[in-house]
Amino acid sequence: MTYLNRPLPDRYQRPLYPNSRLERVLRSGRFAVTAELNAPDSADPEDVYRNALALAEVCDGINATDGSGANCHMSSIGCCALLARAGYEPILQVSCRDRNRIAIQGDLLGAAALGIQNVLCLTGDDVSVGDHPEAKRVFDFDALHLLRTAKIMRDRGVFLSGRKLTTAPRFFLGAAANPFAPPQALRHLRLAKKIEAGADFIQTQYCYDVPMFKAFMRRARDLGLHERVYILVGVGPLRSERAAEFMRTRVPGVHIPDAVVDRLAKTPKKQKRAEGIQICVEIIEEARQIEGVHGVHVMAYRQEETVAEIIQRAGILPRASAGGRQGARSRARLQE
Amino acid sequence: MPGSEWLKNHPRLLETIYRASQSVLRLLYPLLKRIGPGWTARVFVWSEEVSKGYIFNCQMCGQCILHSTGMTCPMNCPKNLRNGPCGGVRQNGHCEVIPEMPCVWVQAWQRDAQLGQYSGEIQLLQPPVNRTLQNSSAWINLLEGVDAQPASGWASIELEEMDSASV
Repeated sequence: MTYLNRPLPDRYQRPLYPNSRLERVLRSGRFAVTAELNAPDSADPEDVYRNALALAEVCDGINATDGSGANCHMSSIGCCALLARAGYEPILQVSCRDRNRIAIQGDLLGAAALGIQNVLCLTGDDVSVGDHPEAKRVFDFDALHLLRTAKIMRDRGVFLSGRKLTTAPRFFLGAAANPFAPPQALRHLRLAKKIEAGADFIQTQYCYDVPMFKAFMRRARDLGLHERVYILVGVGPLRSERAAEFMRTRVPGVHIPDAVVDRLAKTPKKQKRAEGIQICVEIIEEARQIEGVHGVHVMAYRQEETVAEIIQRAGILPRASAGGRQGARSRARLQE
Repeated sequence: MPGSEWLKNHPRLLETIYRASQSVLRLLYPLLKRIGPGWTARVFVWSEEVSKGYIFNCQMCGQCILHSTGMTCPMNCPKNLRNGPCGGVRQNGHCEVIPEMPCVWVQAWQRDAQLGQYSGEIQLLQPPVNRTLQNSSAWINLLEGVDAQPASGWASIELEEMDSASV
């Protein structure tokens, strides 16, 4: 027996009232909204709060990136601690690129002590794409080792070494999925492996190709994966066809179909920004209808101010339920 | 002598060689160990460096999982993933870090499907690498059972799963 056909574990067996607000929203069957906060190149907390303010009114959780694109910024744990202190719901992003297993486990405990309850476990972009390509890459863990280790700390109350924790952290564990990178036909199996390793929720890479995403979700549903994990589809507005071209050639793992780039290219210059937002809204509307999609994750790089508009226009507020049977099932569970 | 690319594209053949070597070494190793453990280890390390180095570009991690990765060495992944591929694979199936190199994990998944007995093992969750085994003989670690001992915290969850699976 492999984990692909093992009976449903985890998700519903965890305590009914978890600490994480994001987890409560997802469990209630509401369509969740998370967004990415771009960590500032600054030592001033106000720069974090300014970016957060634009997101907070529409978000159930705010991701603080961990050296996104292998570029130096304020640390994720620093941003998250500031967000938690101000009452926001932070999602700590941890990448395996910069820290070994000793540092990672220490940071996880520190984060939990600072009131951070959501952790997104990532492999991380390689140093070669960032602003310090000459740096040493660590990758002591991969994303699945990180997930499983965080789960071991939470569920077994020990370090990876087996040494006991006095108090175990209570994490809601996330992982990334990229349905758009080769081998696309096998990506659902890697998703299954991440669930096996400990993922409670998934935030996907930017979705600009809805048919490809639908195919991925269909294969995931065939394995029942949508009932084992909450999936938040990643979206983001494109500023222009040049931005799109940059993203698909220079940002690792981003796939943008020609049709989307052409549509932006044909739009008059002054309306490109609005058109990018419109494309993003359309993608959310379409993706919401897919069974097993439990929320949306908006990554608006240096355009935080557009997130509220996108969420408003997509008709997610006031809060509607997640689509398909899953939403109904979660609601039924909650009423039990 | 067939080239290493040709060999890697015939994972079924490599699997057969692997299984044959395993049966032979299982018989021979206790004898060799009695004759001279230090000498045996040196010979094993040297022959692995040469043979696996040629075929797989072996990085001598000392905990070989080739048969679980379609006979494709995962330590050739610039990110050292043991559970790949990452989300950075290019649309042409090449590596995010080294654009001219095909992603070793994309190849691993394709080749895993061609294996016989070990096909499907690529879906196993591989534990973190034990860095203390670097530059030691993977064959000896396999025969001694050293490479199958993950950190005790990691094993704690595996035990739990066995319990729940047997219920």
